[in-house]
Amino acid sequence: MKHKILILSCIMVLVALVVSACGPTTTMQPATETPQSARTQSPSQGNTSESPTPSGQKVVITWWHITTAEDQKAVWQKLADEYMAAHPNVEIQITVMENEAFKTKMTTVMQSGNPPDIFQSWGGGVMIEYAKAGLLQDITPYLDADNGAWRSTFSPGALAVYSYEGKNYGVPWDMGMVGFWYNKTLFSQAGIEAPPKTWSELLEDVKKLKAAGITPIALGAGDKWPAAFWWEYLAVRIGGKEAFDKAYSGQGSFADEPFVEAGRRLQELAALQPFQDGFLGATWGDEATLMGNGKAAMDLMGQWAPGTFRDNSPDKKGIGDALGWFPFPMVEGGAGDPSDALGGGNGFAIGKNAPPEAIDFVKYLTRPESQIQCAQVGFCLPVVKGGEAGLSDPLLIQVQKGAANAKYFQLYYDQFLPPATGSVVNDSVQALLAGTMTPEQAAQAIADSFRQETK
Amino acid sequence: MQIPISNRYRTLRAPASSYRRSWMTFTAILFLLPAFVFFTIFVVYPVVQSFYYSLFNWKGFGPAVDYVGFQNYQRILTDKAFIKAVTNGLILVGLSLGIQLPLALAVALMVGRELPGRRLFRTIFFMPFVFSEVITAIMWMGLYNPDPDRGLFNALLVLVGLKPQGWLGDPNQVLGCIFIVLTWKYFGFHMLLYMAGLQNIPREVEEAALIDGANGRQMITFVILPLLWGTIRTSIYLSVLGALQQFGIIWVMTKGGPVNASEVMATYMYRYGFVRFWLGYGSAVAIVMLLISLVFSLAYLRLVKQQDYLS
Repeated sequence: MKHKILILSCIMVLVALVVSACGPTTTMQPATETPQSARTQSPSQGNTSESPTPSGQKVVITWWHITTAEDQKAVWQKLADEYMAAHPNVEIQITVMENEAFKTKMTTVMQSGNPPDIFQSWGGGVMIEYAKAGLLQDITPYLDADNGAWRSTFSPGALAVYSYEGKNYGVPWDMGMVGFWYNKTLFSQAGIEAPPKTWSELLEDVKKLKAAGITPIALGAGDKWPAAFWWEYLAVRIGGKEAFDKAYSGQGSFADEPFVEAGRRLQELAALQPFQDGFLGATWGDEATLMGNGKAAMDLMGQWAPGTFRDNSPDKKGIGDALGWFPFPMVEGGAGDPSDALGGGNGFAIGKNAPPEAIDFVKYLTRPESQIQCAQVGFCLPVVKGGEAGLSDPLLIQVQKGAANAKYFQLYYDQFLPPATGSVVNDSVQALLAGTMTPEQAAQAIADSFRQETK
Repeated sequence: MQIPISNRYRTLRAPASSYRRSWMTFTAILFLLPAFVFFTIFVVYPVVQSFYYSLFNWKGFGPAVDYVGFQNYQRILTDKAFIKAVTNGLILVGLSLGIQLPLALAVALMVGRELPGRRLFRTIFFMPFVFSEVITAIMWMGLYNPDPDRGLFNALLVLVGLKPQGWLGDPNQVLGCIFIVLTWKYFGFHMLLYMAGLQNIPREVEEAALIDGANGRQMITFVILPLLWGTIRTSIYLSVLGALQQFGIIWVMTKGGPVNASEVMATYMYRYGFVRFWLGYGSAVAIVMLLISLVFSLAYLRLVKQQDYLS
């Protein structure tokens, strides 16, 4: 008898377990179907949230950003508090996430079809995928309202990074460009008087630096993207806007001559062995350490470089005043304009269900006054006219001006192109530098991937 | 001829026994049920789902709709980078079996004995296994740093007047460098397995061999190794699967580079699934990996079983 009671109680425990184990499956079932249902329901959902809210009921705006440093986070918080004080009917719910966590979280909310109202975006490929999936809101009408009052405040190149087929799905709040950070002391040690203006001058300077026993260029090709900057900038200089537009629109391709030529030029440079030993396995951190310790003469990198140089040096001061900046040299016979720039930055994308208040708040965040505040704390290069007043570092002012005045502003390929193609660009450039791919093969691999991703 | 009493016993016993047996079966099913349910939800269902996705060109947004049949598989098997990844995996398996396990066995034989300080050595040898893969990888990246002022190995080479090496940055050296890290991290685990195995070998057998006049080498080849075979078998199995599925250390140290030189199946899968966001293709790679591991497991189990019958 005792035995039976024992078995019976076991059965009950088991049944409870099984039932509770079934729980997740039954709830998981609808979850996998949500993208479909959410998409079909989206217009009606949008309508309900956009319909005027009864007085007394607060409009809730969800805002996800990845600015985690205390002093920088405080700037966003302050701006949100100010806005809520001025608009008592609005409640802004801020979620601060670390970069990687944010990306992971985005993948899941995007799959379930429920993006936050305002969220961090780098524009380009990933944003375009979201837009194509109908997860973002077209905010072009807001930009164009009052004869383009809001639109005209932005530098056009930066704003274009957040547009797809003429429609804007977000706005930038930070934009910089890639350029050469160089060590003036080492340059003068090698007898170089002025930074190079052309590609052949750059090659000459590399030879001079090598002859003086100095590592000419620091490169973290193990991380791939720092190496890809070289090929991308060469393509920008050689092919200009036209070659890229042709390839991107499908009239031409990324296997066209300018892109092959970019590979040839890069291999021409690599043949001089200008990089530090073991650069193929090095990371961006290694690259920055070399620069920060004055052990390499130059580095092709974006606006964040000086801060990392300082952080990666023993005294946290980097090479101080010896640091200089010059834009990517012109390539002889290239079709590009000297003002053309390769770069990127940060912005906010607008989720499909965002209420008009959310867009008004983003407008508030991109006022010159707000831009000055973030520039002063040092986490943005302003994209709005008047915002540059917040900058004090002469090198950063140079970078900001370069990005703002670019006639053709090209977002980094790995962010602008579909993610898979971006990754092929990065992989192929590493292979070019390792000599395992010819310029033709590299360009062809990129072209093939792009065709496949956009078919 | 039958003894009546046994007959009677049987007839008496039968109804109770069948009742009992059905109860037993019922209880057995009940006890297996939770494990079965969890296994189905967390192992079988995801595998089936991966297989389903592997038939699509799917980027992870919304439902998978672009059905491509077995094209993903075709592409995988003709992709040079994947072939390279499989080759690298097999090289790592070969090196593990040829170097890592014999080393672990040798060390186990040494520290498994009553030597002074064996506890200390055991702890030291086992310690790397306790470290997380990421910590191990980052630590070794520091050692392999090609800058002689920052990396220990090149500093030593320069000190004795040799040329500094590229290590992880050199496509010809990178796989060897990674194998050293894998050995450093995992041989302690295999050593521990062997030591446990050694403790199960009865003292008397060794003593008997000694009395029969076996020398040290004979003792190992004719007594210890055969008796340790069960453990060695397990450790080979774990080592091969570990090498085939290695991901963490390689991804952190080289991301499979430079240019696929240290690519293995898992890094290849991650690159396509989560860097390029070809989730359909990545799923197909996962299924191929599963099949390779499964075929190995089944073949291996069969092989060692046959050997068991022989011995």
